[in-house]
Amino acid sequence: MTSTGLSTPQIAARPVTLGRNLTGRQRRHILYQAAFLLVLCALLWLAWRNVEANLAVRKLALGFSFLRQEAGFGISFSIIPYAETDTYLRVFVVGLSNTLLIALLGIIAATLLGFAIGIARLSPNWAVAKAALVYIETVRNLPLLLHVLIWYNVVIRSLPPSRQAVNLLDAVFLSNRGIFVPSLETSLGWETLALLVGGAVAAIAGILRRARRRREETGQPTRVAIPIVFILAGALLLVAGWGQLRVSWPALQGFNFSGGMALSPELSALVVALAVYNASFIAELVRGSIEAIGKGQREAAAALGLDRGRILKLVIIPQAMRVLVPPLTNQYLHLVKASSLATVIGYPDLVNVFVGTSLNQTGRAIEIMAMTMAVYLVLSLAITGLSNLQSRRLRLVER
Amino acid sequence: MTAVVNSSRVERSPAIAQLRRRLAWARANLFARPIDVLLTSTIAAAAVALLWAIVPWAFIDAVWVGENRAACRPDAACWAFIVNRGGQFLYGFYPQPERWRVNAVFLIFAVSVFLLLRRDTPGKRVVAFFLLLVFPILGYVLLHGGVAGLSRVTTDKWGGLSLTLLLGVAGIVVSFPIAIVLALGRQSEMPLFRWASIAYIEICRGLPLIAVLFMARILLPYAFPVGSEFDPLALAVTGIILFESAYLAEVFRGGFQAIPKGQAEAAAAIGFGYWRTAIYVTLPQMLRVVVPGVVNNAIALVKNTTLVVILGLFEVLNIVAAGAADPDWLGLHAEGYVFVGLVFWGLCFAMSRYSQSLERELKAAERS
Repeated sequence: MTSTGLSTPQIAARPVTLGRNLTGRQRRHILYQAAFLLVLCALLWLAWRNVEANLAVRKLALGFSFLRQEAGFGISFSIIPYAETDTYLRVFVVGLSNTLLIALLGIIAATLLGFAIGIARLSPNWAVAKAALVYIETVRNLPLLLHVLIWYNVVIRSLPPSRQAVNLLDAVFLSNRGIFVPSLETSLGWETLALLVGGAVAAIAGILRRARRRREETGQPTRVAIPIVFILAGALLLVAGWGQLRVSWPALQGFNFSGGMALSPELSALVVALAVYNASFIAELVRGSIEAIGKGQREAAAALGLDRGRILKLVIIPQAMRVLVPPLTNQYLHLVKASSLATVIGYPDLVNVFVGTSLNQTGRAIEIMAMTMAVYLVLSLAITGLSNLQSRRLRLVER
Repeated sequence: MTAVVNSSRVERSPAIAQLRRRLAWARANLFARPIDVLLTSTIAAAAVALLWAIVPWAFIDAVWVGENRAACRPDAACWAFIVNRGGQFLYGFYPQPERWRVNAVFLIFAVSVFLLLRRDTPGKRVVAFFLLLVFPILGYVLLHGGVAGLSRVTTDKWGGLSLTLLLGVAGIVVSFPIAIVLALGRQSEMPLFRWASIAYIEICRGLPLIAVLFMARILLPYAFPVGSEFDPLALAVTGIILFESAYLAEVFRGGFQAIPKGQAEAAAAIGFGYWRTAIYVTLPQMLRVVVPGVVNNAIALVKNTTLVVILGLFEVLNIVAAGAADPDWLGLHAEGYVFVGLVFWGLCFAMSRYSQSLERELKAAERS
């Protein structure tokens, strides 16, 4: 076994003398690959002929024109406006946005829960550490689908009906019709809001960057808290004054709640199940990454006179993050893909509304599967790319 | 004992010394800081409350025997549901007198895996050959029947927990050789094989299993001649194999990379070609290293096979749903899920313990 790829570039560079300057080995390699290519092409050609024949039987032609047709079916939940008269393209976007919503909520909840449990696992308190261990071992050895079904069919169904909903501080209501939480309402359109949020984020990022550059050049710490608070307060005031910001509280009216935001039973069960399940894996990653930091680091920091909080913030966490980020992104990727379980309980995610209903109605199996696969592949590439970027930033800089 | 207590000072008594050690341990590990007192008592209270809720529901008030849900109490578990439907939960609609065939397949699988993993089994090669090549065919013949005096049981009758596990077994066993080829391909010095393997592995790993299952169910039939008939179970197995072989291939790649380069070079030095190097030198070493990885993958796969519910197969969770929709046992999801959960938990926990102990062993062997 010679090292990989040694011989191949030369083959490509000298096509004329192909037969003569090659060793027997190289000739054999070309032969094998040619045979492989031939078989692959033959198989693809056969498959393609069958596809064409099958399409002809169904009187379908490949093409994406169906995306402009009217879908004509309702979708129980969407975060962007949707009506039955909208097109299949709109259905695709609605499904995609619902998938992204689930994935985002799931990632946030799983991260918070996972970090808390991972840190609890390392607690000097025996009871806390053991409780975290019991949680992890119980949760991660059950199928995610079972988690989803238990939350959906058992827990949420056994909540009381709307009229006797569990009332948490008059703000959050738990009922078998879903979870009702307060929401913020403003008269501003979402474009204006996005612009405002984008502006605030950009301003804060600029301040942080300048502060870091100054710290690196002069070694002086720069205070960033005050300007950031000013920016946030300014943005909030702007929305409150100009956009008549108000909090909408859920309140019981008749048999259901009005006001606030309603999280449907499907959405709630899915987010909780995704969070609970993935948190057990994230907790183990967090524990592993903190334990991976050598004891000497902690001792050296203590010898320098740093207190517990500073040791964590300045020594342990920055190093643990470097270990943590790659497997954590992998876990996020799992979560995004697992959000497609939504379809089992009828939450209208991409798979449910597009691969499910739309495919049944149009019969456009190839186009619809191709678009769906492309979405998941792009999502996983994007997350992997972000992770690579982050780990490059966190990489050890060695002299 | 008594003589010791009487003759020496009271503090020296082993019982009291032990009590003291325990108290000291509790003070250090449970009540070190004021916050620990709060945390420990909260957790203790929560544990007691949990037991207080579960024990009466699951044991004290639970009903184990009964013909329908009228025999059960509304505030306690109705295990009569599980007892009555147990056969269906395990075997689906597989005809009762033929169920020994399902048991036989799992027994054969368990014995061969045990022989393979045991340290000093003679003739492991034969066992491996049997498991990877003979067992899938033998298992199919046994389950499907229609030959050698076995009555035919069509796949629409297969179901329950045994179907879920069967999908897991088929996924691992059939994917195994495919994954080895993919892992070798990914490391090949011939670019075409390398690119093809990478493309396959990365696409399958980038997709959710649900999408791969739909792909197998919906797209695959398009690639076959018009009018071909497809068994839904066969399509599901194909989807699982497509998916699993990509993941296993990555495990094997890691295993190949863990083998020192000198091994392959030494083989080349004594004149071994590519296949002989692979079969006699790198593969055996790789297979030893990857066992924990394969077991971890098997855990994930066994949990994942429950997803075939979306293809309408009578996998165990669908059987539970069907049972809980039956007027006799209406709404008894919780009992069904607890039963399924216990089985999965036991299986996966045992496998993860095994893989952890193997990992420790491998690490210890590396150090020595």
